[in-house]
Amino acid sequence: MNGSGKTPKRDYLDEVRKLWYKFSLNKMSVVGLGIVALVLIVSVFQPLVAPYPTHIGAVVDFKNANRGPCADYWLGTDTVGRDIMSRIFYAYRGAFTMGLGVLAATVPLGSVLGMMAGYWKGRWFSTFIMRMTDIFLALPPMILALCVCSILRPTLFNSLLAMCVAWWPWYTRLAFGMTTSLRNEMYVKSAELLGASKPHILFREILPNCTGSILTKATLDMGWVILTGATLSFVGLGEQPPLPALGTMVSDGAKYLPAQWWLSIFPALAIMIIVLGFNLMGDGVKDMLSGEE
Amino acid sequence: MRTPTDRPPVVDIRDLHVEFKTYAGKVRVLNGVNFTVYAGEKVAIVGETGCGKTTTVKSILRILAKNSRVPRGEILFRGRNVLGMKGDELKKLRGAGASMIFQDPTMSLNPVFTIGEQMFEAIRNSGREGCGKRDTQQELAVLALKQTSMPDPERILISYPFQLSGGMRQRVCIAMSLATPREMVIADEPTTNLDVTIQDQVLKILKDRVESKHSSLILITHSLGVARETTDRVYVMYAGNMIETAPTEEIFRRQAHPYTQALMRCIPRLTGGGVAEGIPGRIPNYLKPPAGCRFAPRCPQAEKRCHEEKPEFADLGNEHFVACFSYEQEEKKG
Amino acid sequence: MLKKILTKIGVYLLVLLGLSILVFIIARVIPGDPARQALGPRVSEETVQNLRREMNLDKPLVTQYLYWLKGAVYLDLGNSLQTRRPVITDIRQYLPATLEIVLLSALFMIIGGILLGIVSTKYTGKWLDGVIRVLSYLGIVSPSFLWAVLFMLLFGYLFPVLPTTGRISQSMAAPSRIITGMYTIDYLLQGNIAGYLDAIRHIILPAVALMLGGMAQAARLTRGNMVENYLKDYIQAEQAYGVTENRLLFKYLLKPSLIPTITVMAMDIAAIFGNAFLVENIFNYPGLSRYGLSAMLNKDINAISGVVMILGLVFIVLNILSDLIVAWLDPRVRLMGGSEE
Repeated sequence: MNGSGKTPKRDYLDEVRKLWYKFSLNKMSVVGLGIVALVLIVSVFQPLVAPYPTHIGAVVDFKNANRGPCADYWLGTDTVGRDIMSRIFYAYRGAFTMGLGVLAATVPLGSVLGMMAGYWKGRWFSTFIMRMTDIFLALPPMILALCVCSILRPTLFNSLLAMCVAWWPWYTRLAFGMTTSLRNEMYVKSAELLGASKPHILFREILPNCTGSILTKATLDMGWVILTGATLSFVGLGEQPPLPALGTMVSDGAKYLPAQWWLSIFPALAIMIIVLGFNLMGDGVKDMLSGEE
Repeated sequence: MRTPTDRPPVVDIRDLHVEFKTYAGKVRVLNGVNFTVYAGEKVAIVGETGCGKTTTVKSILRILAKNSRVPRGEILFRGRNVLGMKGDELKKLRGAGASMIFQDPTMSLNPVFTIGEQMFEAIRNSGREGCGKRDTQQELAVLALKQTSMPDPERILISYPFQLSGGMRQRVCIAMSLATPREMVIADEPTTNLDVTIQDQVLKILKDRVESKHSSLILITHSLGVARETTDRVYVMYAGNMIETAPTEEIFRRQAHPYTQALMRCIPRLTGGGVAEGIPGRIPNYLKPPAGCRFAPRCPQAEKRCHEEKPEFADLGNEHFVACFSYEQEEKKG
Repeated sequence: MLKKILTKIGVYLLVLLGLSILVFIIARVIPGDPARQALGPRVSEETVQNLRREMNLDKPLVTQYLYWLKGAVYLDLGNSLQTRRPVITDIRQYLPATLEIVLLSALFMIIGGILLGIVSTKYTGKWLDGVIRVLSYLGIVSPSFLWAVLFMLLFGYLFPVLPTTGRISQSMAAPSRIITGMYTIDYLLQGNIAGYLDAIRHIILPAVALMLGGMAQAARLTRGNMVENYLKDYIQAEQAYGVTENRLLFKYLLKPSLIPTITVMAMDIAAIFGNAFLVENIFNYPGLSRYGLSAMLNKDINAISGVVMILGLVFIVLNILSDLIVAWLDPRVRLMGGSEE
């Protein structure tokens, strides 16, 4: 893209533009990004954008209890008169905290373990790491998280911790698979021959070639972590009342079906929307980072 | 347009346009192709990669990708309109009329079915008498494999494609295409992906089989040498157009179109010495193809008219036709 | 080939052993005293100590584990603190109920997913394909508990055509003899058609709620693989040999496209087991998952360990099954022990 003759200087702006072009080829990924951005904004700025920002706590307003969707309360109110929309906005905070927290912990840990196990495949600790992953992968992540979560005190942080226990092995397996094939590539071999240090080979030669797949998986996983988190809070493990959590709102509201349908249906839609957002976005990230032009 | 021949045409393509709908837009790949093959004739289509050779032959069998469209033109197979065929008629065309051998033998056999299952299916679909019976299928398949000099045909039939070498797979494809009599065999660069050492052998088997069954052959190749050895007539294709055709001997004696001349210069010659030349420029963008002759942007002799109008075939005699304005005066009238 | 199978089984046994250690550790780091929790605050300290001794809670952790493992080998998983019965008895009672739902769900998922994938491929780019793709997205992003809640609303209140709670109607007697423990099959074996229909009507809703996500995933994967393979030369070659479109789709295109989805579907079935934890609860269905969930919420350690070990076993069985099916479908795996591509 640079004029010929100039020293090839990396034009970051141009690279970003190219990435954006590939991402935006599929209109649905842009929609996904839009959903995620919007949800992020309303959750971060909940005190500013929510019509009743204080309704997240132990507020009681029996005069306005059990109101269906109306001009004052767009998504209705719950059994003690709190605005559902304001509560959903706040509950999204927990969802994002969960997603980002779990991925921030498991992606680096899992990938590094997987890369090491892949690069030194055959050594005892590689076998050890991979057998450990097999064991953790033998249970559906939901059950493992439920198991860990149930023995700890139910808080948002403990759910997050439980999800981390369930989530790291997926990245270990992914990075392991990629590294075992990459370590025989010419450029890795030549770096070895030139006497490059192991950290250099792992982080400068192998890692950059794994980031595409890892990032794609991480984007999609944001959705799945939030979904699993909602499932945990559905059985009461997670953010505790009076603070709202998406799953808790659905399970509490379900008791009042069908008359007060808005109590459970809107939080349910809220879960679907954010998971859909990350899924659509994940497809775009895949298009963006896969090598094809 | 053609000098009449005593033999009837098997395939007659007139003014065929094919376009593909993609994210980037409409890709106009074929731009008015005229192409005829007579009974028992062996014809080569030569041209650069991406010029539409494969699209042309796939459209005869109607196996183009689902995003394709034929806005204009017609394809006649034995006088019947292929583009209008439905159900049984189309099945008959594919099962008994024409068959196709693909470029890459490692990709053209289904990896999870045995050779036998695939050959029996082909024989069954020919719809000929007795071909619904398993015994007949077995018999015909074994015979066809023997005729392509395959050792131990019975064992081949129960093998899976991955158990055979590339050359063997391509011979299986040849055997399959001629296990039952056919009016036409289409071979799309059948030797390109084979080892050099067995290319000749496979080509020779193909030629023998086609001749012994009195089929017509369309051979796609980018090697003029292969065309010369195997075929009676050559079509030269460029960017979605047939630009020149002549009997094989004739075209090696005299190349009329500037592109054909350039193509001929690209062949490295052992005797003449010197290195092959390239053709300057590149194949045009099919999204926005040139309005007139598609070769005009690369043509050293191009005039104003070449950029605006599309040239039609001019008759140079000796069954030699060329689509280039330089030869309009030369054309024999009548 | 035999050596390979044996190695694989060895690895699976190792996984099971590791899982038991993992679960044991998780179950024993529970804050608080499980014995005290089981007996409640009113019981004397002496009684609690007795129970602790009985459960070997007073021994070192390693000894506890060895006791537990020894028991587990003889299918003695200890007593449940909630039901006061041996865990294995509980599992025998509840597992068939869950299996019944999961098997039906898996059947729906596999057939539905593959069929939708084929239809979507056949009409690539047409409106039907678009509808299926949008619906798949919807299926993938909605957790099964949402479907369960939605079904409760739809069938529990609005259109009460299907029952939404329990295994059988109250007026219906349980199968006179328990053979497999799966009511549908037991009724059928005893020729009780009315019972069979009643039982199957009760498991339809939970089964469907459980499989929608997996079905959407399977449909999407199948479509993706089929559309990709549609462009392969061998499909065009088969088309060129006059293979009719439906025969092509259901035979020559489906088989190679299905192979990579088998493993994913096996994992989806494992996930169905996981999601059953919530769905059984919502439908008030007395299965293993509801039992497991209440064990977890009540810190019933022996029951937790038992249920988790069963799930681990299910996972391993599913893995072996999917390996076998892949080997059966894919000659490259069967004859060479690896895929060519």
